[in-house]
Parts: sequence; structure tokens; C-alpha cells
Amino acid sequence: MSAPQPPVQPLVTVDDIHTFYGKSHILHGVSLVVGKGEVVGLLGRNGVGKSTTLKTIMGLVRPSQGEVRLEGRAVTSLPAHKLARLGIGYVPEDRRIFKLLSVMENLRTGLDRHGVAEARKRELLGKVFEYFPVLAERRGQAGGTLSGGEQQMLAIARAMMLEPKIILLDEPTEGLMPRMVSQIKQIVDVLHREGVAILLVEQNVPLTLEASQRVYIMEKGMVRHHAAASELRVNDAVIQQYLGV
Amino acid sequence: MLRTEDLTVRFGGLTALNGVNFEVGRGEIRAIIGPNGAGKSTFFNCLTGVIRPTFGRILFNAENIAGLPPNRISQKGIARSYQITNILPNATTLENVRIAAQSRRHGWALLTHHADFHDILDKAHAVLQSVGLDAKADELAANLSHGEQRNLEIGIALATEPQLLCLDEPTAGMSAGETHDTMALVRRIAENLTILIVEHDMQVVMELASRITVLHYGEILAEGTPAEIQQNPKVLEVYLKT
Amino acid sequence: MDMLWHVWDAIASHRDIIIIQTINGIVTGMILALVASGLTLIFGIMDVVNFAHGELFMLGAYVGVVVLATSGSFWLALVLSTLIVGLIGAALQITTLRPLLGRDPLTTILATFGISLVLQNYALWQFGPVPRKIEEPITGQFALFYLQYPWYRLLIAALSAAIIGGLYLFLKYGTYGIWIRATTQDRVMAQAMGIPVPWVHTAVFAIGAGMAAASGVLFGPLVGINHAMGLDWVLKAFIVVVVGGMGNLGGSIAAAILVSLLEAYAVIVISEINLGGQPLSPALAIIVPFIVLIVTLLFRPTGLFVPTPK
Repeated sequence: MSAPQPPVQPLVTVDDIHTFYGKSHILHGVSLVVGKGEVVGLLGRNGVGKSTTLKTIMGLVRPSQGEVRLEGRAVTSLPAHKLARLGIGYVPEDRRIFKLLSVMENLRTGLDRHGVAEARKRELLGKVFEYFPVLAERRGQAGGTLSGGEQQMLAIARAMMLEPKIILLDEPTEGLMPRMVSQIKQIVDVLHREGVAILLVEQNVPLTLEASQRVYIMEKGMVRHHAAASELRVNDAVIQQYLGV
Repeated sequence: MLRTEDLTVRFGGLTALNGVNFEVGRGEIRAIIGPNGAGKSTFFNCLTGVIRPTFGRILFNAENIAGLPPNRISQKGIARSYQITNILPNATTLENVRIAAQSRRHGWALLTHHADFHDILDKAHAVLQSVGLDAKADELAANLSHGEQRNLEIGIALATEPQLLCLDEPTAGMSAGETHDTMALVRRIAENLTILIVEHDMQVVMELASRITVLHYGEILAEGTPAEIQQNPKVLEVYLKT
Repeated sequence: MDMLWHVWDAIASHRDIIIIQTINGIVTGMILALVASGLTLIFGIMDVVNFAHGELFMLGAYVGVVVLATSGSFWLALVLSTLIVGLIGAALQITTLRPLLGRDPLTTILATFGISLVLQNYALWQFGPVPRKIEEPITGQFALFYLQYPWYRLLIAALSAAIIGGLYLFLKYGTYGIWIRATTQDRVMAQAMGIPVPWVHTAVFAIGAGMAAASGVLFGPLVGINHAMGLDWVLKAFIVVVVGGMGNLGGSIAAAILVSLLEAYAVIVISEINLGGQPLSPALAIIVPFIVLIVTLLFRPTGLFVPTPK
């Protein structure tokens, strides 16, 4: 089984990234590509460097070597706020919503950008409240009072306010009840239909295989396997090797 | 040699460890694995006195050490290496290990020059040899590579002459080559020791451990040989999140 | 029972001076709150302990003197001083503090301390050692019991309250207010949401500096303006910030008023005490803020108005 074809229109390219945390060499040369509108999965056990890869793309961590490209343009040294403005949305592993801000104010941190008409802002809000009616109900409540699942929805909705070209989703289903897990899957599908690319880091293998077109598997700071999701099954030897026991 | 009875740790409403009955015999290499938040670090913290358990006993050589401060536990013979490297960067490699070795000697010999404590120096050199750092004895610890620093960390723990050595993710952040070297190191030192190792790298775990304990949501999910664990359906489910 | 009667009697017989000192305490408290708000805002958002804050206060007062001398208008002096020192604050932050972001907090403390020295000596060189004076914009007093109480003091309290109120509204409802609050809570995530965090830091420092300058101009008519006037105020401001909870805006305001009231009441109590036939000097009341600080650090070190961490 040969590696799948690279996407025709690459949106985000990660090219041989080496990242350190202090002295710890976490990423030993990671390379991957996400095409326009694609859902790409990134699988691997704890500690292999999946979150660090996302943080490097988002400009929250500087790589010591290698390049990150957005639509062909090198963006490795840009600060995170510029990358957000350029169209990269980030939903971190611990959600990190602004606990003391209300739901509405959380959304506004992404909504209040220059050059966005009021009408468009209302449209975006309307859309997000349609997809997440719970957020509409609780719009005046402080973020910290929401349940775990609601905070996860808020974190994703907040990123959507940026009208991003790609959303980096870090373990969105961690700690959520099974019912919420399927809701997350639905949200990923909706985003995909809207043409938003997604780089989905997950430990939940079946969900990832269902939602993604292509899947990368990482181990010990490197990409070890790359395949079309349709060619992988949960009980494949490859999955067992890199994710099983 | 080490046994826990109904070990429970609660932080407010969160139960980190729930009635853990764990046992390890002398000379074993036991790996402790589990997903994020399973309670592995909390378990180590209890064993080494960093946290006081809410409930339960920890019996080390039949003595209950639960709740003792870390320095007393170190003297009883439990040593630990940390996930975040804890060496003294401005001291040489030898000095780092020598200081640890000195903790085993008690005395008020204030006037004797440190170079005259031959037995301690010999011990330190022996430890450095077993972790493969004897050639870098006079190098400042800050100048060692990441992998060498992690091995020095293990050496410092060894110098306290423990009976039980707890290794907390010893290969984190290491390349494939460094991981291989550390695995060889652990095999070398395992001869006279009992070793508990928390790891995410399954290759390391499968090759080094004689037995594996799997933690999940603060409870022991399964225990067995590497072969048994690899085929255990419950464990596979947890790791593959079906 | 008898004891209570004595206490009640003591309070009633001193009713006049108690009311006077309450008003004095609130007036001083409001100015202190204005200075301290800037300080706590700066610490809350970028973890910088701004040792130059008292000097920004002093600089504000001097700029007020200059503008007043050229234009004759107190109000113009107030507005221009706030703007000018605000801009100076922004420039200082960009040049000396931004490059130090992420380093050991000791470096920013040293940097702001260095700035304070530079500003003090600049003021001394520029304006000389003789204290200057700002005239009150409204003279005139009203009869408060046996005193002629200046209207201006009430004006200061009102203006300070208005400025602080304006700041609160801006933070709560303004677009940039949300940016500031988001950055204070989670700097990293704010960046990931496209908020230009380095500029938010500069803006907050400028706001803090501007508020310190406004306090300097408002307070000017009450004392002589000289290059060392910042020292007293920065010390009290730091005490207030710690007592109120570092980074806690509401806390610093409450703490400022509390400390000033306590100090004002202490003056009454101290003047009543005779030690060996000599009445104690009411200037001793100056130790009150420090006593409050010590008590706070002993029992609620995170701040009196902050819920105790679990």
C-alpha cells in the first residue's frame, strides 16, 4: 500500500520541523500536508508530539529547524496573532476558553476583527448559535460556569468566529461522554461541508478514521505512517503497532 | 517488596487513585502504563512522599511508608528520576552524582577535604560507569546532551543506593538512538534492583518490562506479562478508544 | 455594657471630626485608587511590577505645571498631561519592557526601577529642587462644622471616581476592553484568537501611565510638586495593590479607600493619646497602611478582597 497522493491544493505544509521544549527534543523532523477543505487526522499515543506539532503550526512554539507554509507562503516566524488573522483557528487540548468572560464575549474575541461588516458578524453569530443552541441559551453566562462539553463547543465556535481556512483541533473528544463525542463528529462534518480544512489530533481511532480523508500516525516525534483513511481499519496491524499496546 | 493496600488519593472532588492494590516483587522490572490522567504520576508521587494519600497503606518491606516526607522515604531505599530533568546544571557530572552518594553517609567530618572521601568518589565513578557517563565525569552537567542528562538523572537516583528505583518517563524527548541507549542502561542496572517505570513508548515497555500494570481512571485495569497485556481486549479498547 | 456606652459616647462626642476624616479619607482614597488601578492593571496583564509608577505620577504633575503656566487652564493641563504621559508610557514600554518579555521577572523590576531613577533625575535637572505649585481650578470653601472645607477636595474625589468608572465601563463593554480582559486571563489563547497581544500590553501600560499622570495633576494643588513626590505615593500604591490582591482591579479600589479611611481615623485616635503628658503627633498615622499590609500578608496573602485559594 503506497502513500496516498499529496493534495492538489496544499493549504498548510509542515516541512521537517524540529521543536525543542528547553532541552527536550520533542519533534524530530515532522512533515505533513493539509489540503484545502481536507480533514486530516493525526494519530499517536500520549507524548509523541501531536500537540506540539499543532502548537508549532499555530506559532505558539518556535521550531529550531524546518518550515511551516500557509498557502505556499513561509509563516514559521510569524507570531500567533498574525496566523490567526491569516486564517488558522486553534482549539487546544484543554479548551482554554476565557473563564471570566461571558460566552458572548468569548465569541467576540474572534468576531471583533477589522474589515468585517456588522452584517457579516451577525450572520456568523447566527450560524454558530444555530449549530450550538446551547451557547445561544447561555450567551450571558461566564465561560467558567459551562460544563466540559459546552466549553468544548464554545472553544470550537470561538475559532469559527475567525472564519478560518483551517482549524487545528486538539483531542476534542477527550473527557467527553459518548453522546457528546458523536456531536463533535457532526461538527467536524459540518465544518468540512463549509469548506474549512481540519487537522484533527485524536486518540479516538474510529472517530478519526470516519471523519478524515487522510491520516498520519506519529511516534516519538516523527511521522511514521501516512495513509488514506479508507484504507485503514481499527484492527489493522499498523494501528495496533502505533496505537495499541 | 512493595505493596499498596487500597491506595486512594482524592483532590477535592476528583479521585486520582481509587483503591489501588499493587504489588511488585524484588528484582522485577514493572512498567506502569495508561492513558493521560490515569493516575500514573499520582501513584509515583505517593510512593515517593510528594503526596500524602487520602486513604490506604503503602508497605515497603512490610513497613507502612504512606505519608512520610520524601527525605525519609529516600533513606528507606526508594529513589526516583523525574520527568523534567532535575540535575544541577552548574556542577560537573561527577559532582552531581557525588552529592547524591554523600547522602548515604552520615557524619560530621567537617574538616576532612572532600577529595579525601575515597569511598564516595569510587562509588560515584562506579555509578557513572553504569550509566555510561564516566568519560564525561568532569564535564559541566549543563553541557551534556538531553539524552545524557536524562541518564545522569538516573545515575543520581542510583547513587543513593536504592532498593526500588522509580523512573518517570525516562525516554521522553529522546531520539530513537538515545532511547535505545537508555534501554540498554536500564537493563544493565536492573540486576540488583527493583524498577518501576512509567512510559508512553510501547517499544521500551514491551522490551524492558517483565510485567506490566495498566492504570485507567485511577484503578488497575489489567496486569500481566507484555504478551498478555498486548492481547487483553479491555486494554486494547482503552488504547484504541472504540 | 458600660464599656459600650463609653465607646458610643466617645464616637458621638467626636462626631464632627469623624465625619471630616471620613471625607478626607475618601478623597485621599480616590486618588490612591486612581494611582493603584494603573499599577494593578499593568501587573495583572503582563506580570510587570512597575517601579516607575510613582515617577509617572510626578511627571504628570510637572507636565500639568507647564501646561497650566502656558495656557492658564487647569482642565487643559489635566487632559494634556494624561495624554502626554500616556504616550511617554507607551514609548517606555515599547523600548524597554517589550524586549524583556518572557525573561526573568527580576529584569523587568530592574528596568522599571532604572526608569524611575532616570525620570526623577530628569525632573530634578529640568525643574530644579524648588517645589512648584498648581492652583486649584475652583477655589472656595463651604462650612463643614467648624472647618472651612475646600470644594476642590470634593471635586478630586468626584473626578477620580469618574475616571475609574470610565475605565470600568471601557473594560466591561468596549471592544478593546474585551481584548484587555482576555489577554489578562490567558495571554497565549488571546494571541491564538488574533488579538495583537504586544500592542494590548503597550496600551495597558499607556493607560496606567495616563491614570498616574491624572492623579498627579489632581493631587497637585494639595501639595508642593517636586521630583521626589512619587516615592511616597508609589509605596502606598504598592501596599494597596497587595492588600487588594495583585491584578484585582476592584480589590485595589476597595483597598485604597479602606487604607485611607483607616489612616484618617487613626489620626483621630492618635491625637487623643497622651504619652507622658505629651500628645502623640498625628503624623504617626502613617504607619497604618503598613500595619494593614502586615495583617494582610499574615492572614490573607493573596489579598483581602480575593477569595482564598483552595
